[in-house]
Amino acid sequence: MRIGSRPSSGFLSWTIEKRLDAPRRLQFAIPAFSLVAALVTGAVFLALMGVSPFEAYSAMFRAAFGDGYGISETLVKAIPLSMAAIAVMLCFTMLVYNIGAEGQIFMGAIASAAVVRYFPVDNAPAMLLTMAAAAGIAGGVWAAMAGYLRARWNVNEIISTLMLNYIAIHLMDYFVYGPWRDPASLGFPMTAPFPDAARLPLLFGTRIHMGLFAAVFLAILFLVLIRYTRWGYEIRVLGENPKAAGFAGINYVRNVILVMFISGAIAGIAGMCEVSGLQGRLQHGFSAGYGFTAIIVAWLSRLNPIAILFVSVLIGALLVGGETLQIVMRLPLSSTLILQGLILFFVLGGEIFRTYRIRFRREDA
Amino acid sequence: MRKKALLLALAAVLVMCGAGFAFDAVPADKLKPGFVYIGPVGDGGWTFMHDKGREEMEKAFPGVKSSFVESVPEGPDSLRVMETFIRNGSKVIFATSFGYMDFVQEAAKKHPDVMFLHCSGYKRADNVGTYFGRMYQARYLSGLVAGKMTKKNVIGYVAAHPIPEVIRMINAFTIGVKKVNPKAEVRVVWLFSWFDPGKEKEATKALIDSGADLIAMHADTGAAPQAAEEAGVYVIGYNNDMSKFAPTKHLTAPIWDWGMFYKHYIGEMTKGTWKAGDIWWGLKEGVVGLAPFGKDVPEDAKKLVETEKARIVSGSWDVFAGPVKDQKGVEKIPQGKTATDAEMLSMNWFVEGVKGDIPK
Repeated sequence: MRIGSRPSSGFLSWTIEKRLDAPRRLQFAIPAFSLVAALVTGAVFLALMGVSPFEAYSAMFRAAFGDGYGISETLVKAIPLSMAAIAVMLCFTMLVYNIGAEGQIFMGAIASAAVVRYFPVDNAPAMLLTMAAAAGIAGGVWAAMAGYLRARWNVNEIISTLMLNYIAIHLMDYFVYGPWRDPASLGFPMTAPFPDAARLPLLFGTRIHMGLFAAVFLAILFLVLIRYTRWGYEIRVLGENPKAAGFAGINYVRNVILVMFISGAIAGIAGMCEVSGLQGRLQHGFSAGYGFTAIIVAWLSRLNPIAILFVSVLIGALLVGGETLQIVMRLPLSSTLILQGLILFFVLGGEIFRTYRIRFRREDA
Repeated sequence: MRKKALLLALAAVLVMCGAGFAFDAVPADKLKPGFVYIGPVGDGGWTFMHDKGREEMEKAFPGVKSSFVESVPEGPDSLRVMETFIRNGSKVIFATSFGYMDFVQEAAKKHPDVMFLHCSGYKRADNVGTYFGRMYQARYLSGLVAGKMTKKNVIGYVAAHPIPEVIRMINAFTIGVKKVNPKAEVRVVWLFSWFDPGKEKEATKALIDSGADLIAMHADTGAAPQAAEEAGVYVIGYNNDMSKFAPTKHLTAPIWDWGMFYKHYIGEMTKGTWKAGDIWWGLKEGVVGLAPFGKDVPEDAKKLVETEKARIVSGSWDVFAGPVKDQKGVEKIPQGKTATDAEMLSMNWFVEGVKGDIPK
């Protein structure tokens, strides 16, 4: 299929056409090439800002991977990102666009704080498991509401999940400004600090929490579920060809609600991990927009759960390294954002070469 | 040399027996102050003014090389930012928003040799000091101007978060308004955000639509003054002179001079006299003040501001001097009493004349 072409001015013309097959070797070559192209473009930009691109990149790299601390902080960022990305990946696989992971993260955080407030127990495993269960149910129900509306009345889930984000965020504000406000906080909006039993254990004296295992476990679990089970097959068919799925007797309504519930539950547990592992209380600003970044992570990973783990680490490294760029190179935040934007632009833009190719033609006439 | 060290050690022990201890002097080039900012330095308000203060400090102490990280959320990320500063050699951290409080404490516990200063918080430690200004005094002065300028007696107040800091300033502003114009009311709209130019603009428009003919604001950017200028409504800015956002409608603004704090602290740290404590400076010290008046502000208002300012600076009167009643008319501060700092720090009620609710 011809998409576009430029008429030849001299003797070389080109057309973009769809590939008949997508060669396997391109699977890694394209993203790798895109990344290099982004870094080269970024280098030009850094040089224009008057800093050495080599120094800047190596400072970023050292901050994110240079030592134990850097690696641990990169992983700390990657945990909520990867969990939320797995959550939205599941929906995207069946072409249901859950962009409400942020709200589901908040609902999970609120539910886990509710458990701490109303049903505190002194036994850490019992406490944490109840918190996780409550967070999963809260996030799951939050997402399933949009799933139900989609399944029953064809309500656009992009709109409904987006709106539910704001409701969840305001709901948290309601609790931290209102009934759950810590009386010892001099009127500042936050809950009382969680007791030790409600704090996820941290690993190796870093801030990496048990959420790391949850993220890896979930990635493997959903790789297996989606690729090798009947249910996974149903979801993939629903995503690729809903009509055919209907003829094959695959239940759309049930699967939309179920997939949304599971997706929301994962995001909810991610929220619980953040609050219980890192923040230690419910307070404004705990999420840093993970639910939104997760959408980018899921697409960059081409909806592959294992790739999500690696891409989350990469994005986490960009965030961690970006701070160092500000501190060491004294560059403004916007330059970090531009670098991140370039990488996303090139990697996502490079995707076109997986399905299309450019053909150069020598014209003799 | 030895003797000197011994004497110093002895002095240190003596001081330690007292309240807190002074940190050793750090040479200017070794301090490497790290600033944690809640917004971008280009916000034209809160963070912009902190950064201006940082630059002033650098000018006053040529050896000091500081750096900053912008737009740091008030969550777990802030701890890593502080940690990264320290790993790059910072001996002092300035955390310039309330929500960093717990993370400042966590970082301070891990790094007892690093000095921390937390703006607007209340948790201190041996190496954590807090600093803030009596902005309510400047707010009161701006309220006097607002009371004189409103025609419809409805003033809109775009307010960030319902926390004591913001509530205290709304109250002080309203006390000023009521002093010159007992019939006026102050309508409050909450943003639940420090930095959200879109929301700030929307809230301003909503207040104007509901009948306000003068806007006051407590947010980090110049979006509210911009919206007021567009609607042709008078506005009182905040943080810095916001007249460039509202060239014809800007009356004045309660403004900060953070450079005073930063010069003071860096001076102490290089001399080795810094001790963790709490500083709450006001009009008298000059940390807070008013921006130049707009052309429409009448002479009598300017004069009134001067006399009231003199009263506060002299210490003979302060804004929250009784009798002060709350919204329901209940007397909160009796005649002859003035609110203590502790009462002001946890203020969670509105004075008479404010129309709006504090989420409970």
